[in-house]
Amino acid sequence: MSTKQNKILFDKKILIEAAKESVKKLKPALLIKNPVIFIVAIGSVLTTIIVIAGIFNGNFSSFNLQIAIWLWFTVLFANFSEAIAEGRGKAQAESLRNSRTQTKARKLTANQEILVLATELKKGDVVICETGDVIPSDGEVIEGIASVDESAITGESAPVIRESGGDRSAVTGGTKVISDRILIRITTEQGNTFIDRMIALVEGAKRQKTPNEIALSILLSGLSIIFLLAVVTLPAFFGYSLNASGLPMSQNLKLPVLIALLVCLIPTTIGGLLSAIGISGMDRLIQRNVIATSGRAIEAAGDVDVLLLDKTGTITLGNRMATDFISGEGVSAEELADAAQFSSLSDETPEGRSIVILAKEKFNIRGREVHQLNATFIPFTAQSRMSGVDYIDDENKIHQIRKGSSEAIRSFVENNNGFYPKIIQDTVSELARQGATPLVVAEDNKVLGVIHLKDIVKGGIKQRFAELRKMGIKTVMITGDNTLTAAAIAAEAGVDDFMAEATPEDKLRRIREEQANGHLVGMIGDGTNDAPALAQADIGIAMNTGTQAAREAGNMVDLDSNPTKLIEVVEVGKQLLMTRGALTTFSIANDVAKYFAIIPAIAISLYAGKNGTGPLSALNIMNLGSPQSAILSAVIFNAIIIILLVPLALKGVRYKPVSANVALSRNLLIYGLGGLIAPFIGIKLIDILINF
Amino acid sequence: MTTIDVFQILLFIALIIGLTPILGNYMNKVFAGNKHFMLPVLGWLEKLCYKFIKVNPDEETNWKKYAIGLLMFNLIGFVFLFLIQIFQAYLPMNPAHLTNISWHSAFNTAVSFMTNTNWQGYAGETTMSYFVQMIGLTVQNFVSAATGIAVILAVIRGISRKSTDKIGNFWTDLCRSTIYVLLPLSILFSIVLVGQGMVQNFNAYETAHTLKGIDQTLPMGPAASQIAIKQLGTNGGGFFNANSAHPFENPTPFSNFLQILVIFLIPAALTYTYGKMVGSVRQGWCIFTAMLILFIAGLSISLYAEYSSNAVIGNLSHMEGKEVRFGVANSVLFSVVTTDASCGAVNAMHDSFSPLAGMVCIINMMLGEIIFGGVGAGLYGMVVFIILTVFIAGLMVGRTPEYLGKKIGAFEVQMAIIANLATSFAILVFTAWAAVSSYGLSGLNNAGPHGFSEILYAFTSAAGNNGSAFAGLNANTLFYNLSLGVVMLIGRFGVIIPVLAIAGSLAKKNITPSSVGTFRTDNWLFIGLLIGVILIVGGLTYFPALSLGPIIEHLLMNNGIIF
Repeated sequence: MSTKQNKILFDKKILIEAAKESVKKLKPALLIKNPVIFIVAIGSVLTTIIVIAGIFNGNFSSFNLQIAIWLWFTVLFANFSEAIAEGRGKAQAESLRNSRTQTKARKLTANQEILVLATELKKGDVVICETGDVIPSDGEVIEGIASVDESAITGESAPVIRESGGDRSAVTGGTKVISDRILIRITTEQGNTFIDRMIALVEGAKRQKTPNEIALSILLSGLSIIFLLAVVTLPAFFGYSLNASGLPMSQNLKLPVLIALLVCLIPTTIGGLLSAIGISGMDRLIQRNVIATSGRAIEAAGDVDVLLLDKTGTITLGNRMATDFISGEGVSAEELADAAQFSSLSDETPEGRSIVILAKEKFNIRGREVHQLNATFIPFTAQSRMSGVDYIDDENKIHQIRKGSSEAIRSFVENNNGFYPKIIQDTVSELARQGATPLVVAEDNKVLGVIHLKDIVKGGIKQRFAELRKMGIKTVMITGDNTLTAAAIAAEAGVDDFMAEATPEDKLRRIREEQANGHLVGMIGDGTNDAPALAQADIGIAMNTGTQAAREAGNMVDLDSNPTKLIEVVEVGKQLLMTRGALTTFSIANDVAKYFAIIPAIAISLYAGKNGTGPLSALNIMNLGSPQSAILSAVIFNAIIIILLVPLALKGVRYKPVSANVALSRNLLIYGLGGLIAPFIGIKLIDILINF
Repeated sequence: MTTIDVFQILLFIALIIGLTPILGNYMNKVFAGNKHFMLPVLGWLEKLCYKFIKVNPDEETNWKKYAIGLLMFNLIGFVFLFLIQIFQAYLPMNPAHLTNISWHSAFNTAVSFMTNTNWQGYAGETTMSYFVQMIGLTVQNFVSAATGIAVILAVIRGISRKSTDKIGNFWTDLCRSTIYVLLPLSILFSIVLVGQGMVQNFNAYETAHTLKGIDQTLPMGPAASQIAIKQLGTNGGGFFNANSAHPFENPTPFSNFLQILVIFLIPAALTYTYGKMVGSVRQGWCIFTAMLILFIAGLSISLYAEYSSNAVIGNLSHMEGKEVRFGVANSVLFSVVTTDASCGAVNAMHDSFSPLAGMVCIINMMLGEIIFGGVGAGLYGMVVFIILTVFIAGLMVGRTPEYLGKKIGAFEVQMAIIANLATSFAILVFTAWAAVSSYGLSGLNNAGPHGFSEILYAFTSAAGNNGSAFAGLNANTLFYNLSLGVVMLIGRFGVIIPVLAIAGSLAKKNITPSSVGTFRTDNWLFIGLLIGVILIVGGLTYFPALSLGPIIEHLLMNNGIIF
C-alpha cells in the first residue's frame, strides 16, 4: 500500500477480472446509474430484438447484426473502463483484508481482562495491548507509551512511537505493538474503522458521485435528451422528403439506423469513462499514500486557491542550525564558540547539537564530558527561557554560562550587575531581520556574543511555490516566530503571505476570513489544536502521526505524515478535473464528424436523379465506401474510442503547473481540435478496413 | 456588390460599435438607479407608475417572486390583448370597420405580442383596428421588450451580488426600462421616421386613382409610432402586412438603414451595460465580439449566396421578393439583422432568398436568438450558452467551473439545459408534427425541400420569438395559430424561468476572487470557445433538419432544380 508498490497500469489478472466484471455490470439496476450508457443499452436490446425477429421472419440483416454487436460492445467497453478502475483498487483492498485477521482483543472491564473478538468491540471499550499484540481497532492511547509497527497501513517499516496525551496518541486497528504496553480506548465503531474505510474506498464500493460529477451527468443527460429529440423527429422530416422525392414510405429510416445515429451523437465517450476517471483520481491519491474520506474532497482540492502551510516541516527543515558565532567586544570568536559549546554539551535539542558541531568544525573545539568538569547542566525552561551550564573553576568559583533569547540574557546579565552592550543589541536585531534566530551567550555578567541560528529552508520549495503561484494558488506560511523572523523566512521561501506568532485560533480565524472572501482553503495539520482548523478548511489533511481528533476533523489523511503532501493533493485534484473536462470536450467535438458520416449515408436516395445518388451525398466529405459501411464505421469508432481512452482516463491528462490560460489553450488544442479531427480520420480508416 | 453597399455595411458595423458604449453607459445609470439626464424629465412618470401599481420600488424580491410578478404581468397583458381583438368591432378607432377576430387568431396574436415574437398570422391593414394596433399591440411592443430587459437585469444582479436571495424588483425594472430607455428612444425615432415620410394619422383609408385608371385603397394609420418601437424593441410586428417592405412603413433607403440600425441598438448596448454592471466592461465587450463575429459570418454567407451566380438564373441579380428601393445588399443585411436579433421585421420576402441565405436566417434563429438577440432576451440567452461553455471547457483548467467568480454547479447546468431543451423541443417536435400532418402540410405554397424549410422556418421563428415568416406558408389556420402560439410560449417562458432560477441560485453564492488559476472569460480564447459551443451544442441538433431543407435545396439548385 505504499508508493514502493508502484502498479503497472494494466495487470493481466486485473484485465481478466475487469472483463468478467463488465459483463456482470450489464444489470439494469447498475446501468441506470449512468444515463448515457443506459440509453445505449436500451438501443442494444432493441436492435438485438430486431435482429432476432428478422431471423424468424426470414429477412435476416447482417448489417443490423453488426450494429447490434457494436452497440453491445459500446456498453461493455464503458463497463470495462469502470471495472478496470475498480479492479486496481480491489487488489489493494485484498491485501488490506488479509492484514486484518481475526484479531483477539484483551478487553478491560472492571479491571478484569477478558478475551473478545475484535469485531465485538464497541466505542468506548478499553483494551490492553502488549508487545506482539495486534491493535484490534482504532483508538486512542490513554495510558503508556509503545512503539508500533504501522507498515500494514503505511507500508513504512520503521516503527513509530504512540503515547498517551499529546499529539501522537492515535492508534490504528491492524497495526502491531512491537514493544511496551499501552491501554487503548476504542474510538470507532466496527465497520467504520480506518481500515474498513480504506477498503471501501479503494474498492469504490461506497463511491458516491461528487458534486461536479453530478453536474456533469446532468449536462450529459441533457445533451442526450436533446439529441434524442433530434433523432426521433428525423423520420417525420425524412417522411416528408421521401414524399417530396416520390419515394415510398417503406424507405423511411429503420430503427437500427436511428439507434446508431443516436448512440453516435450522445456523449458516450465521456459518459462511459466518467466513473473510471473519478475512481482513478482516488487511486492516484492512494498511490501517494493519501486517503481521502470522499471523492468530494479531491474535487475541492482542485479548487483550493489558498494553502496554509506550517513553516516547520513544510517550508523549513524541522530544526534550526547554528551557522555562525558573532563575538562581542573584547571577546574572540573562539572564546565564544568554546563557551557556547560548553553550555550545549548536554543540550540534546537539535539546536544544541548543531552548536557543538559548528564549534568543532570551525575551531576544532572538542566535546567534553560535562560531569568531569564539575559542571551542572541547566536545561531550558519556559520560565527562564534560557539554558546553560554552571561550573566550578580552579579557584572554586562558580561560573554561570547561559544562552538564550536576547531579553532573557539581558535580564540575566543585568541581574548579575553587568550591562548589555548596544553592539550585541544591534547584532540581534540584524539577525532577526534576516530571519535567523539569534541566541545570545553570556558568562556571569558579561555578554560573550551571539550564535546565529538559522532556519534552513527546504531545497526546491521556492520553486514549488512559484509553480503554485503560476496556478493561481496563494501560499500562506504559519509560524509561531515573531514577525521579523517570519518575514525573512517568508521572503526566502517565496511564500505569498505569512502569519507570525500564530495561535490555533488565529489559524481558524484566517481560514474563515479567506472563505468569506470566496477562497477555498487547504491546510495540513496534526495536533489536537489543529482539529477545528482542519474541520473548517475546505481541504484538511491530517497527518497519520497526528491525534485521533485531527484525523477525524480532516477530510484526508496523509499516511506518510509529510506536510508537502498538500501540494501533491492539489495537483491530483486539478488533474482529475482537467481529465474530466478534456474528455467531455473531446466527446462533444466528435459529433461533427459523425454527422458527416451518417447524414449523407441515410439520405442518399432523397431527391435522387436517374443515377440514384441524391444531392446530399455531397456531404460525404470523407468519401466513405457505402451508406452501410459509413454508419457502421461511425458506430465502431464510437465504441473503440472508449477503450482507446481508458489509459488516459486512468492516468489522467498530462499535468503541468501552468496558468489557467496556458492549460486551457493546450488542452483545447489537444482535446478540442483533436476531438474535431480524430473521428474524421478514425471513421475513414475503419471504413477502409470494412470495405477492404 | 457596389462600393456603396460595402460602405453601408461597414458604416452599420461602425455605428453599432460606436453607439454601444454610449447607450450602454446610459442604461447602466438608469438600471443601477443612479442619476442620469432623463431623471428630471421623466422622473415624475416613474413615480406615478409606482403609485398607480402600488409598488415600493426599493423592495427587492427573490427569484420566484420576481418570476411570478413577470408571469402575472404577462398574463394580464395577454388576456387584455385577446379580449380587445375578439371584440374589436365594438371598440372605437376603427374607421375601416374591421370585424372581430377569430379566437385562435386572437390567441396567436396575443401570445405573439406578449412574448416579443410578433409573429403575424394576420394582415395588419385588413384585420386590426387602430385601437387594437395602438392600445394593444404597441403597448405590448414596449412592455414585452421591457420584460426582456428585466430578466437580464435579474441575471446581472445574480452574478454581481453575493450571499443574498434578492435579485431585484420586477416592477421597478419594467418601469425604468420602459420609461427611460424605450419611450424616449422610440419618440425620437418615430419623429425621424415621420420626417422620412412614414404615415402617422387616424384617418380612414384613402382611395387613389392609379394611372391605369383603377381604384386603389391606401391604408392609413398611426404607423410611425408603432414602427419605432417595433424595431427598437426587436418586436418586428408590422403595421401593414408587407412589414418594412411597405412604402408607408419604410419609405426611404435612409429610413431603411435606420430601421436596421435600431434593431441592434439596444441588444448591442446591453452587452456594455452588462459589462459595467458585473464589474468588467471587458466581459461585456467579449460577449459583444462573439455576437459580432457570428453576425458577420452569417452576413458573409448570406451575401455570398445572394451575389454568386447559380445554375438556375446565372449571373442575374436575385431581385425576386426584394424591394427595388433597397436592392440586394440592404435586403440581405436586413434579413440577417432581423433574424439575429429576434426582431422579425422584414423588408424583403425571405422565402425568395437563395437557399443558403434562407438557411442563415433559420440558423440565426435556431441558435436561440443570441446574436445580439431580442432586447434583453439575446443577452440572457447568451448567458445560458456561457454557462454551458464554462461548464464544458472550464474543467480543463483544473478547477470546478466558475463564471465571474460564481461556481457553476448542478443546478445551474440543469437550468441551462432546460432552457436549451425548451427551444429544441419546440422547434423539432412541432416541425415534425406539421411535416407529417395534413393540416400542417395544407398551408404550404411550395413543394420539395423548400416547403419543408417553410414549416421549419415558421416553428423556428416562433420558438426563437423572432416572428419573421418565410412567407410561403399560410399560417392563419387553426392548427398553425394554436401550435405556433404554444411554441412561442415555450420559447419565451421555457427560457425565462430557468434563467431567473439561475439568477436566484447565483445570487446566493459567494464570489471566488479571480487569479491566474481562474478560467478567463474575457479573452479571444473564450470568444472562440463560446462560438464553438454555440455552433456545436446549439446548432448541431438541427443539422439533420437543415440537411433535408435548405442544404438539399441548395445542392439541387446547383443542379438546376428549384421548387
